Amino acid sequence: MQTMDDTITTWLTANYQAIWTVLIACVCSVPCALLGCFLLLKRMSMLGDAIGHGVLPGIALAFLLTGQITSFAILIGAMVFGVLTAVLSESLASSGSVSEDSSLGVVFTSLFALGLVIISFLRYVDLDINCVFMGNLVLAPSNTIEILGWSIPEAFPTMLGALALTAIFLVVCWKELKIVAFDPALAKSMGFSPRVVNYLLIALIAGTTVSAFEAVGLILVLAVLIAPAATAHLLTDRLGPMLGLSTLFALSASVLGYLLHNVGTVALDISGMIAVVLGMQFLVVVFVAPRHGLAAKWWRRLQLSLRIGAEDILAALFRAEEAGVPTYSLASKEHGIPGWVMWLAHRDLVRRGLIDTSADGLPKLTEKGRRLAQYVVRSHRLWESFAGAVLDLPPDHVHAAAALVEHYIGPELQDEIATTLQEPPTDPHGKSIPPK
Amino acid sequence: MQEWLPYNTLIVLLGVTMLGACSGVIGCFAVLRKRSLVGDAISHATLPGVCAAFLIAGEKHFAAMLLGAFISGLLGIAALAALKRWTRIKEDAAIALVLSVFFGAGVVLASVIQQTEGSGRSGWDAFIFGKSAGIVLDDVKLIALLVLVTLTIVVVCYKEFKLVAFDPEFAEVQGWPARKLDFALMLLLLTAVVVGLPAVGILMMAAMLIIPAAAARFWTQRLGWMIALAAGIGMISGIAGTLVSGRIAHMPTGPCIILAAAVLFAISFLFAPERGFVARYLARRRDEMELLARLRAGEDPPT
Repeated sequence: MQTMDDTITTWLTANYQAIWTVLIACVCSVPCALLGCFLLLKRMSMLGDAIGHGVLPGIALAFLLTGQITSFAILIGAMVFGVLTAVLSESLASSGSVSEDSSLGVVFTSLFALGLVIISFLRYVDLDINCVFMGNLVLAPSNTIEILGWSIPEAFPTMLGALALTAIFLVVCWKELKIVAFDPALAKSMGFSPRVVNYLLIALIAGTTVSAFEAVGLILVLAVLIAPAATAHLLTDRLGPMLGLSTLFALSASVLGYLLHNVGTVALDISGMIAVVLGMQFLVVVFVAPRHGLAAKWWRRLQLSLRIGAEDILAALFRAEEAGVPTYSLASKEHGIPGWVMWLAHRDLVRRGLIDTSADGLPKLTEKGRRLAQYVVRSHRLWESFAGAVLDLPPDHVHAAAALVEHYIGPELQDEIATTLQEPPTDPHGKSIPPK
Repeated sequence: MQEWLPYNTLIVLLGVTMLGACSGVIGCFAVLRKRSLVGDAISHATLPGVCAAFLIAGEKHFAAMLLGAFISGLLGIAALAALKRWTRIKEDAAIALVLSVFFGAGVVLASVIQQTEGSGRSGWDAFIFGKSAGIVLDDVKLIALLVLVTLTIVVVCYKEFKLVAFDPEFAEVQGWPARKLDFALMLLLLTAVVVGLPAVGILMMAAMLIIPAAAARFWTQRLGWMIALAAGIGMISGIAGTLVSGRIAHMPTGPCIILAAAVLFAISFLFAPERGFVARYLARRRDEMELLARLRAGEDPPT
């Protein structure tokens, strides 16, 4: 297996930079993707954006005091102002005169401006806010520190720590988080304050975003706080699977974004690319999600239209037979079913042997089709009678409602209406109600 | 003669004052509609268009960049509407999603510019950070046009906008084209953003759409007064911010304007009659004392 090991070693050496870049992107995005789920469920998604901007004065002040761009002080300063952003906007909103979104907007833009002003006082030192907010994933692997004799990019252990803290928080506060996310009123009535969990969550988000800024930039942090959670939310209603899916989407976007960032000779911004991939993933899931997806919704609607269209054709044929006319007219325009769906429904009826077009080209009900048609017409006329007798509608008002309701009356309801009305022989228009 | 107000400062003052007034007016509708942060999202969503226009039309083609910003902002609005209509994603998440994904796409395109142009920053980045101090006469003319168009539309459609801002469902039921009016408000917002961005940048645009309107809300219950006040607060912050930043070396204009607006907001929050913090604290205190006095006197508390 010597050659195998050699191949692996060679591959690792050749792709050293790439592997570290992807790894850093992953450890930065996973904690954000996890915490983002709670922001989404609590309808506070813009808080990520607000905290991301509101931390600037903290960074600037810490920089002013310590004079270093990478330091523990900056993390603390940023966390303090991150929590401050949330606290200030929340108390402003709870004062009652400013809506939640406005108070968030007022607070974070003001704090960001304050940060910019403080930085401009520090102009003699080199703190480029582009560095703070744009990040540079390409350079992140080269900024290494020694740990146990290994040289590891500094961002990696930091973000691994953030990930570990997030995981511990989720495990320890799982039940509380669940209640706070879905029903804060219940949390309050059960006697524990949602505030504590809330502020722990916010502090964690502030800490994570700030530590991730440096490596991947504000833009990726914002995207990864919202997009994976939103994508996962389209796929599941359960919190556990949502967290899992969100993590998966963050990981896949990190890898894909890296793979896609080299176009010819141009190296695109990796963080931006990951954000774009996150958006694409969301777009795809919007269409293909099994329950909430557009394709599934469209398919369900088509099935319903087909059933209603087919029942309308059968009922129309039944009425034509009743009147002794050879052709039938469709009143199904009132359901707004497009022509091609009616064509499909017609074809389906022939295929299922409910109507027969072989005689003279005109469709005729088969025995099987007549039974079904009779059922629909019976529903229709029973409902008309019911609407006339019990709901007191005049005869000229009952048809339109019955034409809609007839498709949703099951056998039991039909029997019940018939019993209630004591098996009326005719509907309000004087037409006979067919037997069962 | 000592020139107390240099020509350049005058131009900048004119530009930011009109822009402040205009965003104050439009911001009122956004704030009342609980869409304060939509301005933020749309401002960010213009970046891919700006960069694409830069790549296609080449350096410093200002009109192309404005058009690009407008188109991609429009796409952002469409994305917001589509998310609301066809998915279960709530409005706040939709705003965050549009903001981050569009801006991400913009950053990707910007990295292309940086590598192909070599020069790095050359025009497009003004759309992010603005260049308040570098506002020139042409910008002012454009802004003046914006103010004129916006004010005309707001005056003409005042009654309709008012209805949509306070009760869109009622407007719909009454047979007003509520969706179209809503879209018209969004378009006004977008136009203001597109015109304002190159002058003052994303952040200040977002701030000026929220802070003056939110501050004006404290003083009045009537939309007409609120709009007038918001326009006034926007103008005063523009003037104050520009003058302060002019007095201190290297002080950026945009952030100063935002801070001036923030100070006016804080004053409104604290001292506005009735809705202000102090007024409400005093009112509560008076009620408490009254209740206490009644209880001491052995009376039943008022129901």
